[in-house]
Amino acid sequence: MAFKIIVCAKQVPDTNVIKINPKTGTLIRDGVPSILNPDDANALEEALKIKDKHPDTHITVVTMGPPQANDLLFECIAMGADEGILVSDRAVGGSDTWATSNTLDAAIKKIGEFDLILAGRQAIDGDTAQVGPQIAEKLHLPQVTYVEEFNIDDNMKDITVKRQLEDGYEIIKIQTPCMLTAIKELNTPRYMSMKGIFGEKKMTTWNAKDIEVDLNTVGLEASPTNVFRSFTPAPKGKGVILEGDTEKEVADKLLVNLKAKHVI
Amino acid sequence: MNFQLTKEQEFVRKMVREFATNEVEPIAADIDQEHRFPTETVEKMAKYGLMGIPFPTEYGGAGGDHISYAITVEELSRVCASTGVICSAHTSLCCWPIFNYGTDEQKAKYLPDLLSGKKLGAFGLTEPNAGTDASGQQTRAELVDGKWILNGAKVFITNGGYADVFVVMAMTDKKKGNHGISAFIVEKGDEGFSIGKTEDKMGICASSTTELIFQNCVIPEDRLLGAVGEGFKVAMSTLDGGRIGIASQALGIAQGAFDVTVEYMQQRKQFGKKLSQMQALQFEMADLKTRIEAARLLVYRAADMKDKHMKYSEAAAMAKLFAAETAMKVTTKCVQFHGGYGYTKDYPVERMMRDAKITEIYEGTSEVQKMVIAGQTFKK
Repeated sequence: MAFKIIVCAKQVPDTNVIKINPKTGTLIRDGVPSILNPDDANALEEALKIKDKHPDTHITVVTMGPPQANDLLFECIAMGADEGILVSDRAVGGSDTWATSNTLDAAIKKIGEFDLILAGRQAIDGDTAQVGPQIAEKLHLPQVTYVEEFNIDDNMKDITVKRQLEDGYEIIKIQTPCMLTAIKELNTPRYMSMKGIFGEKKMTTWNAKDIEVDLNTVGLEASPTNVFRSFTPAPKGKGVILEGDTEKEVADKLLVNLKAKHVI
Repeated sequence: MNFQLTKEQEFVRKMVREFATNEVEPIAADIDQEHRFPTETVEKMAKYGLMGIPFPTEYGGAGGDHISYAITVEELSRVCASTGVICSAHTSLCCWPIFNYGTDEQKAKYLPDLLSGKKLGAFGLTEPNAGTDASGQQTRAELVDGKWILNGAKVFITNGGYADVFVVMAMTDKKKGNHGISAFIVEKGDEGFSIGKTEDKMGICASSTTELIFQNCVIPEDRLLGAVGEGFKVAMSTLDGGRIGIASQALGIAQGAFDVTVEYMQQRKQFGKKLSQMQALQFEMADLKTRIEAARLLVYRAADMKDKHMKYSEAAAMAKLFAAETAMKVTTKCVQFHGGYGYTKDYPVERMMRDAKITEIYEGTSEVQKMVIAGQTFKK
């Protein structure tokens, strides 16, 4: 039986370009290009690597967003995914992470069988890193977050991952079905291919009714968290680079500086 | 009339822009300096399907269109004109004539490897004494005992040193002039075929421009491309399409020089303000931007006409004439706006200005484009 992978992806504003309106604290989205969330591209790449090795692997990308999020599905299919599903409905608009994971949980249940779910660690617009783990909990799946190395046995059952920690790493063995979240160290995402761009695109849009989600658990109203305020933090002072011919010389300069500032 | 790119065309631009930024731009200055053909880039272009865009999937192409192909050459040339012309010469000058004039056997034999980029293509028309004036061809081909024997030499052949498959013109009947020319497919390694001198050029230094030498070169009879005596038609129609490629290259060079200059002008301060705040320079840049956009419309229109199987010879000539002159004008101005820095190899506009010049020369000089346009104008 073909190995089935679901990749959760999100279309996000390119935060390299985006600015925050200092008066209102909201994102200035005008003219900002939308991109495939970088960590999600790593998740898709890992799925594509499995498909490179096992060509009968089937990859479904699922996303939630406005109709223009179809561009994300287009891009993922042009990279090599088999099909894309967009959950788009006003009823799910404004969802926080809890409401979003309720929606995606329902969508994944509708997709049905799968062996592996891959998602990016976090999206660059919200930076919460919560949706992936929440989906895993709701689907009662074992999960590993912050995956920086991935290896699946030829039995397509046993997976070994390296999980990044702040001060080290863990090597974890896990079995399918499971959910993993990817970080950028995991791989380098491929480009779209020309054949992928011009090839057929299997893209489906579902609304809230299609995925049979409880409307009391999705959307802005149902979201237990709200953004209180967004702001650009005041820039910290410039760093100082101390130079010298020897380590001792640099250390001396550092001591002088620290004393001058009454740190020591 | 519709001036919007399709979704596919938009994604082609996005893909090639990313590819060019990550894979091509970082080495562009080095391969120019080293006069090094970027084999590694060609392999990557092959992997992602950039070497067979406007051809059907049944032959291993991407199933794309000529506007997408134009966008691809444009975006590659925006950061490296050498890389742009490798793709252009391969696609327009070798793959296309085989696709259009080849027999089923020839298409099945050559196209899958060419379109997948496993093999690289080139085109040989120009000789020391015959460029656009093709009737002066001195390379001869004779049919002897069921084999063609070629003798002569070609010059200025783009991709020459690295190509595997060559579409070559030769005289099969000198008396008939242009109608005595026939087209052939020659393969690297064919008996009596060798690569001669590699040219040391002003620009597009990373592209391989060589002589092709035929000394009793023996090829099978079925390497004839098109009918005997049809070579001039093959060559001219191939060059019509090639001009869309070169026009795209010129457009890309102009856009690339413009973009880096916009950035530079926002950084560089003189007389207490940024160059971008000086109205004399602002107006010059506005003119250049408008010109580039006009060139883009001409290029895409010619490509669109080719896709729609309309007569596009004149449109392609106009596109190439205007885009090439735009590339030269824009890059010259951009060097000027960079001042002394623009004249150094520390800034890419120096390379771009050298690269731009060739677009006014190859695949028909600007004067030849005017001959084509004037010919259409006064043909009655």
